[in-house]
Amino acid sequence: MPYSADLDVRVTDSSLRDGSHAKQHRFTVGDVRAVVGALDAAGVPVIEVSHGDGLGGSSFNYGFSLTPEQELIRAAVETAERARIAFLMLPGLGVLDDIREAAGNGAAVCRIATHCTEADISVQHFGLARDLGLETVGFLMMAHSRPPEVLAKQARIMADAGCQCVYVVDSAGALILEQTGDRVAALVAELGSDAQVGFHGHENLGLGVANSVIAVRSGAVQIDGSTRRFGAGAGNTPVEAFAAVAEKLGIRTGIDVPKIIDAAEDVVRPVMDGECLLDRLSLTMGYAGVYSSFLKHADRQAARYGVSGTEILLEAGRRNLVGGQEDQLIEIAVALAEK
Amino acid sequence: MSKATAAIVGSGNIGTDLMYKLLRSESIEPRWMVGIDPGSPGLKRAAAEGLDASAEGVDRLLSRRERPDLVFEATSARVHRENAPRYEALGIRAVDLTPAALGPAVVPAVNLGAHLDAPNVSLVTCGGQATIPIVHAVSRVTEVAYAEIVASVASPSAGPGTRANIDEFTIATRHGIERIGGAARGKAIIILNPAEPPMIMRDTVFCAIPADADREAITASIKEVTAEVASYVPGYRLRAAPQFDDPAPVGGGSPPQFDGPAPVGGGLARVAVFLEVEGAGDYLPPYSGNLDIMTAAATRVGEGFARRVLARRATA
Repeated sequence: MPYSADLDVRVTDSSLRDGSHAKQHRFTVGDVRAVVGALDAAGVPVIEVSHGDGLGGSSFNYGFSLTPEQELIRAAVETAERARIAFLMLPGLGVLDDIREAAGNGAAVCRIATHCTEADISVQHFGLARDLGLETVGFLMMAHSRPPEVLAKQARIMADAGCQCVYVVDSAGALILEQTGDRVAALVAELGSDAQVGFHGHENLGLGVANSVIAVRSGAVQIDGSTRRFGAGAGNTPVEAFAAVAEKLGIRTGIDVPKIIDAAEDVVRPVMDGECLLDRLSLTMGYAGVYSSFLKHADRQAARYGVSGTEILLEAGRRNLVGGQEDQLIEIAVALAEK
Repeated sequence: MSKATAAIVGSGNIGTDLMYKLLRSESIEPRWMVGIDPGSPGLKRAAAEGLDASAEGVDRLLSRRERPDLVFEATSARVHRENAPRYEALGIRAVDLTPAALGPAVVPAVNLGAHLDAPNVSLVTCGGQATIPIVHAVSRVTEVAYAEIVASVASPSAGPGTRANIDEFTIATRHGIERIGGAARGKAIIILNPAEPPMIMRDTVFCAIPADADREAITASIKEVTAEVASYVPGYRLRAAPQFDDPAPVGGGSPPQFDGPAPVGGGLARVAVFLEVEGAGDYLPPYSGNLDIMTAAATRVGEGFARRVLARRATA
């Protein structure tokens, strides 16, 4: 079943949300207007805007925002002519009032993320989002860490709470081909016509586009990416490459390939502090199954305490840290420095 | 020495763990446990320990001629809202372990003495019990413009109530950081981690402090308060020495620029405190320090109440 009569797959660009990690949460209103304008003109149907850790993410633990994210959301809504503006929120960090404020600022898609075993903490938030008339998406983060049948049960909890599309979220960029397909297929089988299935990939093992194609072939109808990979870890699935590959495969995304290629080079790249690279630390994340957003934090603590960033990430993997536990990276660095 | 009598209302995990702590108390005699499920393992354990264990709810407890001096409410916020006025009408002091937040919030290491005459006190949240003492330790030395806590708990130790009401947890903890901890602004973050074997509760406290604050005095104050909490929660400890960071240079790092109504300017330093809370393993497994710190705090508060009750009895 395609996404709609016109699209086989609907793409959400996350460069103004997951890219916030790479930008250390220092987007300006001007950055947002430029990127939204270019992506919108290229036909990207949904653009996500918020702190990298979602609404309320501005903090010591995750990094303070240069510009309040609700201002960025307002600017995105004002700029977009066709695209719907989405935001992310993590229960336990953001609160219901943050969702109300984002809805009041004109955001149309509420994306609620939990660790992939903890879907039941999102129930009150999906309820509110639906009451507010928002479109809803659920994120099962660190999906590589649990087998397909466990994810399917968690997806059911979100769908029953009012989630309209549940994503398999490869936060660590650790899923490999069939592992992606099996997870997506398990969700499709569980949810049937109750909710759609999506896939959010990272490049830590260099498989963002390939995993996304396999996800689509396994029944996913929503795909996340970030133009120019502007995201966390080695970056997200590059939207321009996915759009190009999809076109060659006859998968309709509605994105104008030459225009998104230009947008990546001429508009998104200048906003980035640097390219998102598949380097030692980000490859280690995919290899060890570590949450991609830990990258900049590991980097910073390695410099602060004079220890190896790779060692910090490997220890984070050994401790089975989940998204949100950035504070523990400091404690790991302190312990390594004392060794 | 005579003891104040107590009833535990709620025969679940928390009520059962609390019973074992109260059985060791020198000033409280847990005499009743009240549940609603006759098959509850908690009630069986209570009966085995010699308590009057009943599945007939609070009605039976409150209709008896002999009534407890204290009740410990380990049910739910909704049930406590129904029960609290009945306790108060009968002159029974209530220690509320639910998130109902009807009475003043108490963190024993910080403000127990201020509320010993209140008819009903609330214990904030587990994250609040673990972190507010540290915020207080810093704010009694220097101005804390902003404090932020991150509580990581093992998934199996987060019950359905917490899961369904996670917003209430973060908001109640934030209020506690401000009103009891003494930070001008607070923020609370809770993370559930499903690792196997389950992780022991971890808490991190970040405080924004003036660049020229006396760091040695802050460290000494944190150590003193940590020892005070550890006197009633033996598994409460620092994982590392307090970590100080200078103000981030303008244009680099993450200068503290805040969302929201009361922004804090740049130029502030930061102290970060890393805690671990291991439970005593009375009934709940040791990893669930988040639950242990609640039952331990309840016991401490109850003992404060008991001293008042006994003193009044002695002078009557």
